[in-house]
Amino acid sequence: MGVIYIMWLRQLKRYTRSKARIFGSLGQPLLYLVALGFGFGPIYQHAGKGNYMNFLSPGVIAMTILFTAIFSGIEIIWDRKFGFLKETLVAPVSRFQLMIGRTLGGATVATLQGLLVFLIVLAFGLRPAHWSSLPYALLFMFLIAIFFTAMGTAIASVVEDMQGFPIIMNFIVMPIFFLSGALFPLDSVPRGLQITAIFNPLAYGVDGLRGAISGMSHFGMAVDFVALSLFTLLFLGIGTYLFSKIEI
Amino acid sequence: MSQKTSWHLNHYLANLVAMSSHIIEVKNLVKKFDDFTAVDHVSFSVEKGEIFGFLGPNGAGKTTTIKMLTTLLKPSGGQITLNGFDPAQHPNQVRKSFGIVFQDPSLDDELTAVENLEFHGVLYHVPRALRKQKIEELLNLVELWDRRNDFVKTFSGGMKRRLEIARGLLHEPTILFLDEPTLGLDPQTRNHMWNYVKKLNQNVGVTVFFTTHYMEEADKAADRIAIVDNGKIAAQDSPENLKKATGSTTLEEAFLSLTGSDIREESANKMDNMRQGRALWGGGKR
Repeated sequence: MGVIYIMWLRQLKRYTRSKARIFGSLGQPLLYLVALGFGFGPIYQHAGKGNYMNFLSPGVIAMTILFTAIFSGIEIIWDRKFGFLKETLVAPVSRFQLMIGRTLGGATVATLQGLLVFLIVLAFGLRPAHWSSLPYALLFMFLIAIFFTAMGTAIASVVEDMQGFPIIMNFIVMPIFFLSGALFPLDSVPRGLQITAIFNPLAYGVDGLRGAISGMSHFGMAVDFVALSLFTLLFLGIGTYLFSKIEI
Repeated sequence: MSQKTSWHLNHYLANLVAMSSHIIEVKNLVKKFDDFTAVDHVSFSVEKGEIFGFLGPNGAGKTTTIKMLTTLLKPSGGQITLNGFDPAQHPNQVRKSFGIVFQDPSLDDELTAVENLEFHGVLYHVPRALRKQKIEELLNLVELWDRRNDFVKTFSGGMKRRLEIARGLLHEPTILFLDEPTLGLDPQTRNHMWNYVKKLNQNVGVTVFFTTHYMEEADKAADRIAIVDNGKIAAQDSPENLKKATGSTTLEEAFLSLTGSDIREESANKMDNMRQGRALWGGGKR
């Protein structure tokens, strides 16, 4: 337990100490809210779909969590570069504990960042459909966070330096985000896009979050929960396996 | 029985296992990377309480050997016994037995000195009360107690080294590995550091296994030395005997006569790339 806790605490300390990172990473969601929210809002309304801000907000929250979590996982590359990873790998503890502590820490950080954005979207005019379902929102936020931290860990365990970073961003992270239905409703898009979404973990995350916050859902919140949980377990497994194979 | 007593008892028992005089025993150790043999049937042994120097030119296989001794790499062949345990079979027992100061810094710059030590203490299951006491004791030993709440990123290279030594000793290891511990340090800090290490060796009886490129340092500090070259042991003896056997006046001459004076080509490996990377990222200045 102590090992998991101290790994978790380290991630949290690093987060709360880098104010630049906390506020810097609010820039992107703000831009999305202003440009897309206000930019497409009127058209969305004309199309008879209602308030776009209510639709977009969960997507932007999910996006924030996605990026923060992936970065948290990928930080292992830095730990490897700056040597700290070795310190943990020669300690008499299992790699599994190290990985779980680190993942929970990264996920907590990402969830906190998501909550910050939640406060911002409230200021931008989001009105939650049911305040009582907000605990579900928190649950989905945390699940998204765990999934993507585990995914970042898995990636960082095989990629050894930051040269591969643009590839990771352009061919993994960005497609996952843009094809998740964070920005547009999945109900009326072409069949191909709908099928892609079925295999996209973030699609369930965004959808569940939207169900909890705005009261609208494509797959249904129960499906979202089960699918996202399964994806998360799978990637925790993959992440743990790859992390256990790291050789320095 | 209190947690602290039981921790000490466990430690004592672990030490009992290792009562036989060889604390490190290596036989026919081999490590191959694809078709390149980095460590080629190396055998040596280190006595309990000894300061043992492991010297060799770049690319001789020193760091690879240390990585195998410290469970970071799996050997391709041969046997290792460290404090009575085989690193491949009982990695956690082996890990509890040693402390290590790596060739490259391995502190978390974003944490304070105390936090780095706390982190280490928790990873090594040192009980809270003992942890507190040891941290104070060790920070005083390496003269960093006044800076205990400062972030490591504000420390100089020498201070980081001292903190790493303190950290390596926190869980009361029986063996301390020092992989080029004085690389890039000024003569003052180097002297200081060796004084600590010798003091520890005498007072606590910790066995020290080190590598270095500074021959005069090895001459002064080591009880015995093994010289490796091209993955093989070229000689193994006390500094005096090595000098005598090669008819040299300094250890440096003895080293050169044993390993030749050609400059070694070492292909840039991952670590070297990373060291360059660190310079690029402007991280750990040393």
